Amino acid sequence: MDHFLHLLSSGLARGAVFAVFALALVLIWRAARIVNFAQGAMAAATTYLAFAVTTATGSYWLGLGAAVLGGAALGFAVERGVMRHVAGRSPLNSVIVALGVVMVLQAVLGIAFGNDYKPMAVPFSMEPLWVAGTPLLSPYDLYVLGAVAVLLVGFGLLFTRTSVGLRMRAAAFAPETSRLLGVPVSRMLTLGWTLSAAVGALAAVLVIPTELGLNPHATDTLFVYAFTVAIVGGLDSPVGAALGGLAVGVLLSMVTGYLGSTLAPIAVLALLVVVLIARPSGIFSARQARQA
Amino acid sequence: MTAPTAAPGSGRSGGGRTGGGQPLLDVAGLTAGYGASPVLRDVTLQVPPGDIVAVVGANGAGKTTLLRALSGLVRPTAGTALLDGQDLLAAPVEHRVRAGLAHVPEGHGVIVELTVDENLRLGGLWRASGRDLRAAVDEVYALFEPLARRAASPGHQLSGGERQMLAVGRALVARPRLLLLDEPSLGLAPRVVADIMTMLRRLCDERGLTILLVEQNVRSALSVADHGVVLHLGQVVATRPARSLLHDDALRHAYLGF
Repeated sequence: MDHFLHLLSSGLARGAVFAVFALALVLIWRAARIVNFAQGAMAAATTYLAFAVTTATGSYWLGLGAAVLGGAALGFAVERGVMRHVAGRSPLNSVIVALGVVMVLQAVLGIAFGNDYKPMAVPFSMEPLWVAGTPLLSPYDLYVLGAVAVLLVGFGLLFTRTSVGLRMRAAAFAPETSRLLGVPVSRMLTLGWTLSAAVGALAAVLVIPTELGLNPHATDTLFVYAFTVAIVGGLDSPVGAALGGLAVGVLLSMVTGYLGSTLAPIAVLALLVVVLIARPSGIFSARQARQA
Repeated sequence: MTAPTAAPGSGRSGGGRTGGGQPLLDVAGLTAGYGASPVLRDVTLQVPPGDIVAVVGANGAGKTTLLRALSGLVRPTAGTALLDGQDLLAAPVEHRVRAGLAHVPEGHGVIVELTVDENLRLGGLWRASGRDLRAAVDEVYALFEPLARRAASPGHQLSGGERQMLAVGRALVARPRLLLLDEPSLGLAPRVVADIMTMLRRLCDERGLTILLVEQNVRSALSVADHGVVLHLGQVVATRPARSLLHDDALRHAYLGF
């Protein structure tokens, strides 16, 4: 039972990061109907920025802030500079171009920082706290869960309570009608990319210290798991991203704990296959069929 | 079916407006289409302020393309369109609502994922927020009571008539001067169509709205319109007072198929 509780709590902490990274994918999918395959590499780049700023200033928080702002700037630049010019034709175009962005970013990171693993500083201890004789979450896990909760609530409020959120949703669901109503649809698209990349940057800064460390490929598995989460939850459902992230986090943790870490990726792929067979649009995607 | 309240030329207080003065919408030589062959050729028409002008014609005559060219969804290759003397075609689509143009597109354009209230607010977001926006939305609820009862329902739960009502209401939140309406009668029961046409006439008579209406339902459209424009294969073949069009058998047989 102790073992189970430990696996559950650490699975939730890890899953929370998947949830955020999947939310970043969902943000762009809803706005542009593009799966941003460059999201992992973009998040790796901004984590290097955090690393550089933290190394230079000694402050974790300045590094975190730099990563989030840098993510926003990178999202803006990738949308305006690259994606905008290939959208609207074959969906494959944007996939190929995104993969091109991945190659460029990873090569540049390798040249600038080298391919070895860099240890990242953390603001809180990663030793689990013991509750009634059971090792549960570490202070760092609690910090991650708190940050994710604040972010998810913030996005919920943004989309349901603000004018910008209403415009973004309208532009995503019905771009042409939205333009007739005076919504600057192309600016909403840029905003979607900007927010998404900032969110992805935050997720990467939270998760990379819990793994091997910083490397140009440090976000590759994060991307794969988050992509699975987004498909499982439904690519256009922010709620699906949040719950799917927690579910995949717990699944990984349980399989690793009881069956061994080599089986963990297979368990996630099995989940993906089952969902794609049973409910291809995702568990939480309950959208009505759109009329033209 | 009862006749709409306002027949053309009757019961109108300001009948004189249509004669002289500047038209609110002045379209001249408009040519537009998709790809090489134009759907719309050299279209010229005027819409006087406070009037309903109905554009009628067979399927494929270019009616929808005309409205899409005016709101900017299709780029014209030639011609001009002035709204109250100002060049309409120069502005990007999302700015034309600021000039006083509202376009209710084919199939009403209700965003079914959003609630009735969200759809309505969206209509006025470009010009108002907070209390101003609320007041404009409440005005529409007063005008269309069925919408007020369904304020929190998502669009996909509405009936066809309610959706059309919502689309027109959403356009009104923008406080437009000119309303472009694409086939508001499509897929609706005759009874509901009559209600909608009556309501359009009221909006013009009581609020000074001006409407350019595109319809396949020729009888309904001409029965509330002041003027009718017959479009055939992308060209204007007749522009007349609506009543005279309705009674011109030869023209009806030739272009409208009844």
